[in-house]
Amino acid sequence: MIEIVNIKKAFGDREVLKGISGRFENGNNSLIIGASGTGKSVLLKCIVGLIQPDEGDVLFDGRSLFKSSVNEVKKIRREMGMLFQGSALFDSLSVFENVRFPLDMLMAEMSDGEKNDQVMHSLERVGLTPAAHKMPAEISGGMRKRVGIARAIVMNPKYLFCDEPNSGLDPMTSIKIDELISDITDEFNMTTIVVTHDMNSVMGIGEYVMFLHEGLKEWDGDSNSILHSKSQALREFVFASKIMEKLL
Amino acid sequence: MNIIQNWGKYFLFLFSTIRNREPFRVYPSLILDEMVKIGTNSMVIVAIVSTFIGMVTCLQTADNLVSPLVPMSVIGTICRDMTLLELAPTFTCVVLAGKVGSNLAGEIGSMRITEQIDAIDVMGINSSSYLILPKIIAACIMIPALCILAAFLSLMGGYLIGEITGAISPTDFVAGIRNGFRPFNVFFALTKSFVFAFLISTISSYKGYFTLGGALEIGQASTKAVTNSVIGILIADLILAKIMI
Repeated sequence: MIEIVNIKKAFGDREVLKGISGRFENGNNSLIIGASGTGKSVLLKCIVGLIQPDEGDVLFDGRSLFKSSVNEVKKIRREMGMLFQGSALFDSLSVFENVRFPLDMLMAEMSDGEKNDQVMHSLERVGLTPAAHKMPAEISGGMRKRVGIARAIVMNPKYLFCDEPNSGLDPMTSIKIDELISDITDEFNMTTIVVTHDMNSVMGIGEYVMFLHEGLKEWDGDSNSILHSKSQALREFVFASKIMEKLL
Repeated sequence: MNIIQNWGKYFLFLFSTIRNREPFRVYPSLILDEMVKIGTNSMVIVAIVSTFIGMVTCLQTADNLVSPLVPMSVIGTICRDMTLLELAPTFTCVVLAGKVGSNLAGEIGSMRITEQIDAIDVMGINSSSYLILPKIIAACIMIPALCILAAFLSLMGGYLIGEITGAISPTDFVAGIRNGFRPFNVFFALTKSFVFAFLISTISSYKGYFTLGGALEIGQASTKAVTNSVIGILIADLILAKIMI
């Protein structure tokens, strides 16, 4: 379980996060949603420790990310996998090498054969075995996302983080990526947090949804109750598309 | 951001490359890769620049040395001292600040804005140590080696142009080079090039590592990397000359 406690973050005079708390349960697909500029990505970066919050803490199964020793933080980090908005693949490495990278760096005790098997298993899981020896520049955006997912799960992480996994993808590929994230979460019993503003993802894979508005947690609950929320800001966000009104 | 904050950030950045670094086994292959990128790939430009500078130095010295009381071999001596003391280390490093510095800042800056550095950090790997330390070590090995090459080719350029134009005979040129040779000058040139290599690699990496924004900012970071490295080289040049000579 991941628990965030009163996270506050400002950049200069601009207060982006104004004290956000919440819990993300094991084995759940948790979604952080909100309009652009509400601090979703900043919150995710605070959760994974890429940004140090001004106040507050993040607890990974009770272990503090910001108050632990360097070695303890490294241990927590090695239990994380992250899919970045732009996939963040290393340009100079092939798809296979990208997925193998964390194993090479962090798993000295594994033999080359074991590492290769693990990489191929991850690539097989995302359906990219045939592209293993291609370079990131040679594959499509959707494939890059899948390589990003393969790299994120190659270490069998306990926690998976996805920053806008559907950005720049067509609707069909978006749904496939959502399904892949959802299936992997169930398969590995991970705690998954997805930042998105795609309502298809919310309705499709969201088991727990946290809605941010103006740097605050405006609403949280399951995806079924989101359509009946009384929060004006959430209703404006959800029903920005007429399709959602028709659904209701 | 004021200058003191910038200096503080620069020194903390340097410290972060050696604090909590990755296991030793990770570095040798990375350092070798960087040695090829920084050193081998810069040999052509260094060879062209130093050979021509050596030729021009020889011709201009010969042109200005018109007194019949001064032996012709003095041209070789002047070329040698100018090359060892200033042209080979400083001029070569200014050229390398342009080539290597902009390359380092561009590469690291682009990794920063495409979140590749964040990806490394999230894995629990010290990104500054993994990415920057091999570049610093490789630069500190290869740039002094390039300066030795530059000094040799510069003197060879002077030798050849002297013979081709008849400005100075090869015998006089070689006699001048050997006359009153101080081995300390070679040590001085290597010390300078080592310090300049450190400045080029760390300043450029620093500028790239803290790039924010997009493609425009990568270009700006590269430009700043080159200008700041050149300024750093010139200041260090003056300080080393004052301290060591």
